[in-house]
Amino acid sequence: MAALWTLPLLLSARLLGCLALTPPDELPQPHNLPPSLGFNISHGGPSVDLPMALRVFSVDYHHVQAPFEIVLWIMLASLAKLGFHWSGRVPAVVPESCVLIMVGLLVGGVIYGVRHSAPPTLSADAFFLFLLPPIVLDAGYFLPGRLFFENLGTILWYAVLGTLWNVLGIGLSLYGVCLLAQSSLGDVSLLHCLLFGSLIAAVDPVAVLSVFQEMHVNEQLHILVFGESLLNDAVTVVLYKLFESFLRLPSVSGLDVLLGGCRVVVVGLGGLCVGLFFGLVAALTSRFTSKAQVIAPLFVFLYSYLSYLTSEMLHLSGIMAIVTCAVTMKQYVEANVSEHSNTSIQYFLKMWSSVSETLIFIFLGVSTIQDVHMWSWPFVCSTLLLCLIWRATGVLLLTAVVNKLRRNAVTFRDQFIIAYGGLRGAICFSLVFLIDDFPKKRLFITTTIVVILFTVFVQGMTIKPLVELLDVKRKKRALPTVSEEIHSRLIDHLLAGIEDVVGYWGQHYWKDKFEQFNKKYLRRFLIREDHQARSSILRVYQELERREQRGDEEAPPLVDPRSHSRLLLPEEMDSIRRILSRNLQNFNNKQTPAYSRHTLHQDATTDRTRKPLHRHQSLGERRTHWPQQWCHNSDSVTLELTALSRLLAVCSISPRPVLQDSSATAQTGPADPRPAGDDQVSPQHQVPAGRTPKKQLSFVLENEKQQ
Amino acid sequence: MGSRASTLLREEEIEEIKKETGFSHSQITRLYSRFTSLDKGENGTLSREDFQRIPELAINPLGDRIINAFFPEGEDQVNFRGFMQTLAHFRPIEDNEKSKNPTASEPLNSRTNKLLFAFRLYDLDRDDKISRDELLQVLRMMVGVNISDEQLGSIADRTIQEADTNGDNSISFNEFIKVLEKVDVEQKMSIRFLH
Repeated sequence: MAALWTLPLLLSARLLGCLALTPPDELPQPHNLPPSLGFNISHGGPSVDLPMALRVFSVDYHHVQAPFEIVLWIMLASLAKLGFHWSGRVPAVVPESCVLIMVGLLVGGVIYGVRHSAPPTLSADAFFLFLLPPIVLDAGYFLPGRLFFENLGTILWYAVLGTLWNVLGIGLSLYGVCLLAQSSLGDVSLLHCLLFGSLIAAVDPVAVLSVFQEMHVNEQLHILVFGESLLNDAVTVVLYKLFESFLRLPSVSGLDVLLGGCRVVVVGLGGLCVGLFFGLVAALTSRFTSKAQVIAPLFVFLYSYLSYLTSEMLHLSGIMAIVTCAVTMKQYVEANVSEHSNTSIQYFLKMWSSVSETLIFIFLGVSTIQDVHMWSWPFVCSTLLLCLIWRATGVLLLTAVVNKLRRNAVTFRDQFIIAYGGLRGAICFSLVFLIDDFPKKRLFITTTIVVILFTVFVQGMTIKPLVELLDVKRKKRALPTVSEEIHSRLIDHLLAGIEDVVGYWGQHYWKDKFEQFNKKYLRRFLIREDHQARSSILRVYQELERREQRGDEEAPPLVDPRSHSRLLLPEEMDSIRRILSRNLQNFNNKQTPAYSRHTLHQDATTDRTRKPLHRHQSLGERRTHWPQQWCHNSDSVTLELTALSRLLAVCSISPRPVLQDSSATAQTGPADPRPAGDDQVSPQHQVPAGRTPKKQLSFVLENEKQQ
Repeated sequence: MGSRASTLLREEEIEEIKKETGFSHSQITRLYSRFTSLDKGENGTLSREDFQRIPELAINPLGDRIINAFFPEGEDQVNFRGFMQTLAHFRPIEDNEKSKNPTASEPLNSRTNKLLFAFRLYDLDRDDKISRDELLQVLRMMVGVNISDEQLGSIADRTIQEADTNGDNSISFNEFIKVLEKVDVEQKMSIRFLH
């Protein structure tokens, strides 16, 4: 199995190497023919008067060099990823990021061996402008909103104060170490140490995501670590730039420090506002995309990227901007665009972020191979140690304080995972390259690489067994039921009411207020008229839909012994079909656990709920790429009919034995889908919601009369 | 302000409420000042109108039912004790309480009592069963006007189906508890009463 993916690896490496070795002036450009034949462009070699014949076959590498190499790198990354998943036992033990770094190391080594010079490194610009945004956008788009906002206080607490604590702690103690080891590290000043501290202290969202997604810890823990890694960007960026500008200033006064503090707020809030603005504009634009649905996904990406670039331009926090943009526009865009567009958006996001992440890790590996490492045992070891110590103490202290204010205390086990899961990644790496040159810069680079490799390899590989060893609470695997959803909503309303009675402006109060504002102003403005009503029905029906699919698998308890034997009218089948299909998109979105990379929907338990997705038949060839349990045409129709028959079974109460009825409805089924069959091919989203209430499911009325 | 001698909170009362509900001294006094601020008639009890004056409660879909929950059976006034007893359901469950004397009666904020409170929001006629109609009423209040009766009916039927184990087409309290066993009710149904 390993051979399977080392082969393409070696192929690409060799290809790269060979191409890199081609001397640039070997082949004359065909379009650079001299004006008259008989002349020859002298290269300093013997001038031979050859007639300039027409070249039948020529290789012009330089014409395509840049895109060609980029594509090769991406190809290498993707093949490595493929190989990783084919390689049997490896994924269970080693997280993907580690394998990718190792691949990068290999490739870097090969290139170094072939070219005897340093392989291409990850340029900071390429990283920040091209590789990072897709990952953060993907994370923001699939962020579990409710959980995030419930824990927002704690997340901010960790992100802002935790990062500050780490930065100052690591910076100051490193300076102490430098003072102690005067001989070798004497010329590292305090500001340099603080600068280094600011870039090494930050937890990296890319690394955290890639490791935690395979772990399935409970959602609260996940959102705490992940949210912290996203939001600490504001603090990191500011502190880094602050210390950098301090290094350039002749002297630093207290006023400068104070201004630095204000900058944190400005950067964070500024990024937030930029993101909000672009998110709302994107939502508004998506409202008008009904006539040109194919480019609707493009707007999502364009606006998000624009928000990132704008905030980078203004030296605000790009990560916060893009995350805010994604979170803001998500609910409105989903309501406005068609199902297909929604699926496209999700798939493209996953794809791009996947490629980005793979590239980042591979480049991390490649960039490690360099000629210019500077090593210093005390510095490197103390940095490693200090990073761990300060993070652990920081988490302990902060949690002790924040637990008093939380409803849901963060347990010691969770705290340990939060501290241990503070992985560093490519952001530190790029930041360290951006430092102005000074004698010990190479030392910083080496140390950063060591820290990153240590956290990703050692902590990344051991965190999974630790989670199992410590028996950390895991993610609940069961799907919510309609009952749970309804009763939970009841409890939400109840709690909001009680908070009003007590006069306590708690979480529920603010949530309620926001929901009202949302419903009254934002939704009306940002969502298409014909989709307005859909929004509120969707949320409730999605549960029903989900329940339908579970009903397929767990037939006995839900099979209604009182189902109806009345034949379905075609219009009723139509309307049911429309209702079901319209809600699938929300069903898909809610189903997506936020952090999976490999497939759009990760959990095995949710696989069986994939059956209704066969309806995307108009997506044609995509069907073949989906797991085999999903789509065979005949199965799909039967499944759909069974699903529909169960839906109708629910809607009726008259006591009849079930078996005859489901077969009866199944038999009438094939007659019906023919008129509705065309429906499957034509885009269903165009059916406005207004038609649904008019389609009276009259047999239900019949039952109500019986009561 | 008027004479409020009859409505001042006496120490013995505070102690009793403390024992009954588990609130701390400062929480009780704070909630008492909230009680008196709501009590426009200054007679030491709250009526339904007093509650309805709270603006956000008026637009809460379950507002009326929540208000009803404060009033004991058939009465129109609730005194401070009753007020506190209702609010006690929403006190967070503290760890040190879990190891208390098992023979003592269950505290008001236990999981079962919290669920009973929620159950009673549905079950207006107090027959210890949520019938389809009661469920439909609550659903209609929560979901609003955008959904048709038939669709609502099917949701209600589905909900009953999921919970109903004895086939009586209604949800009993035990079935209700079972349905919500995976939901973290202790956390969801708790408010941090500031000290």
